[in-house]
Amino acid sequence: MKVKVIGIPVLDQEIALQFYTEKLGFIKKHDVPLSETSRWLTVVSKEEQFGTEILLEPSPNHFEPAKTYQKALFEAGIPYTQFNVDNLQEEYERLVNLGVTFSMQPTEMGTVKIAVFNDTCGNNIQLIEML
Amino acid sequence: MNFYQQELNRISRICYKNKGQIKTVIRTRNFIENNFEQELSLKLLSDCQFTSKFHLLRLFKKYYGVTPMQYLTDRRIEKSKDLLRSGMTVTETCFAVGFESPSSFSTLFKNKIGLAPIQFQKKQFSQSTLQLDL
Repeated sequence: MKVKVIGIPVLDQEIALQFYTEKLGFIKKHDVPLSETSRWLTVVSKEEQFGTEILLEPSPNHFEPAKTYQKALFEAGIPYTQFNVDNLQEEYERLVNLGVTFSMQPTEMGTVKIAVFNDTCGNNIQLIEML
Repeated sequence: MNFYQQELNRISRICYKNKGQIKTVIRTRNFIENNFEQELSLKLLSDCQFTSKFHLLRLFKKYYGVTPMQYLTDRRIEKSKDLLRSGMTVTETCFAVGFESPSSFSTLFKNKIGLAPIQFQKKQFSQSTLQLDL
């Protein structure tokens, strides 16, 4: 078994694609139309283009419990998932300049430094730098 | 302050109250990051931090979840992937990342990555050629 894809629920796939590519810097990998309103849409890290893909899945719009779960996590400030960066402060400043909003500024916590931003698609996402 | 931040603060108070220990393991990890291609041993790492070998081993595992030597091995394997992708030979890569024997490097690489280094390298080249073709 291999880990090839992880899913992130998004409220709007087109907005998600723009945010994850234009702001975060990911690259679109697969885009397969499945119906008039949904696509099999994945992105990958620029640095690991053959690495694990992120599936931007429209589950909140098709499955009520997914929407409820996403909303509860968001309101509690809990990140849906996290991405690793080499220099959190630099990445934080780059994203703030692009208009990304953070619910948690870069904060040291033991052996890591973390920050949390809003992906504009219903999720908090955590950035993490290993110290 | 939201629920997540409250929880982080609570966990920090429990897990990260000993600042001295955290400094020691962070310094050790950074030392490994900057010197992984050198000959490193637990003794050398612990001497650098003025601790005993077993104390450092326990601390490192407590905070990073792996032993210093496991961390070192993973770091070397990660770096070897970059070097193989760049076209370096298997033997050169082995020594460049600090391993001493090409055959044990190949076995370890295969265990961790699922392909022998030479197969990994061929696959990378075929993938990048495919991209250029498209």
